[in-house]
Amino acid sequence: MIVFQTFLVLVMIVAALAAARFGDLLDAVIACALVSLMASIIFYFLQAPDVAMAEASIGAGLTTAIFIFAINRSIRYEENEKTD
Amino acid sequence: MRRLISLLLLLIVALGIFLCFSGASFGAEGASRAGKLTEDKVNFGRRYASRGLEENKAGNIVASVVVNYRGFDTLGEVTVLFIAAVGLAAILHARREEATPSKAEPASLIVFTGCRFLFPLILLLGAYIFIHGHLTPGGGFQGGAVVASGFLLIYLGCRGRGLRSAGVAVAESLSGLAFLAVALVGLAVGGSFLLNFLPKGSAFALFSGGVIPLIYVAIGFKVGSELGGIIDNLSGEAR
Repeated sequence: MIVFQTFLVLVMIVAALAAARFGDLLDAVIACALVSLMASIIFYFLQAPDVAMAEASIGAGLTTAIFIFAINRSIRYEENEKTD
Repeated sequence: MRRLISLLLLLIVALGIFLCFSGASFGAEGASRAGKLTEDKVNFGRRYASRGLEENKAGNIVASVVVNYRGFDTLGEVTVLFIAAVGLAAILHARREEATPSKAEPASLIVFTGCRFLFPLILLLGAYIFIHGHLTPGGGFQGGAVVASGFLLIYLGCRGRGLRSAGVAVAESLSGLAFLAVALVGLAVGGSFLLNFLPKGSAFALFSGGVIPLIYVAIGFKVGSELGGIIDNLSGEAR
């Protein structure tokens, strides 16, 4: 179990770093959703199912959708990045 | 002159806050300074865990804390969400007036039918989560978010259909008022805001926990309509 949780935390850290590095904001939003999803699973294992449900539905679900709507209304790529 | 008045008002507020908090003792230092009595007041988490079930008869102790013991905080959270939704609607409203009808191509028949099939099931799941909030994990916020994700699915699958803004506003206002009304009835009946004044029944039954299920249903409607309204506002045609 400890191995599995360590794996989840590692995925979370990698996804968080990736979200900060990505120039394509859509990729960054999906990495953010991955952070929330991993956090939700970890909350479940820490015996906090209430928080896990909130994190999964709001953090991984609705926030991602709202960010994508916002990207749709603004720009998709960070400046100083090459666009295709 | 205005500066002087604002300074004076600020001083009055600061004095009020100081008077409120000067009597309170914080943390471990305060507990050791004032002895056992204060320790009971500071270290209340253990008290909720050990006596919450018999006091509120709510099977899910988290619901008991969120809605009853810390109900005032929950009212504040709902208010913060409301302010965020109002701000977003105010910003997007100006642009919406010149919005053209949707140019996006409609979803395929399979997606459309799937959305129509899944939408009531998602609403049912959300309602289950907040109606059973006092028995099982979850509650008003989680259930409301699930309901809002159902509306998100409708936006993605059935273009051109969405929430009717008037209905959303009515549901939002009524549920907020219901929360406040239940809290104020507690104040009128027993002298404290959010008092659990209804008969509590036996623990782990559907009708138990006094006002906790009522408040959770109100929060579920409020969060669902607010998040659904945010999605509805944002999903208008961009650019």
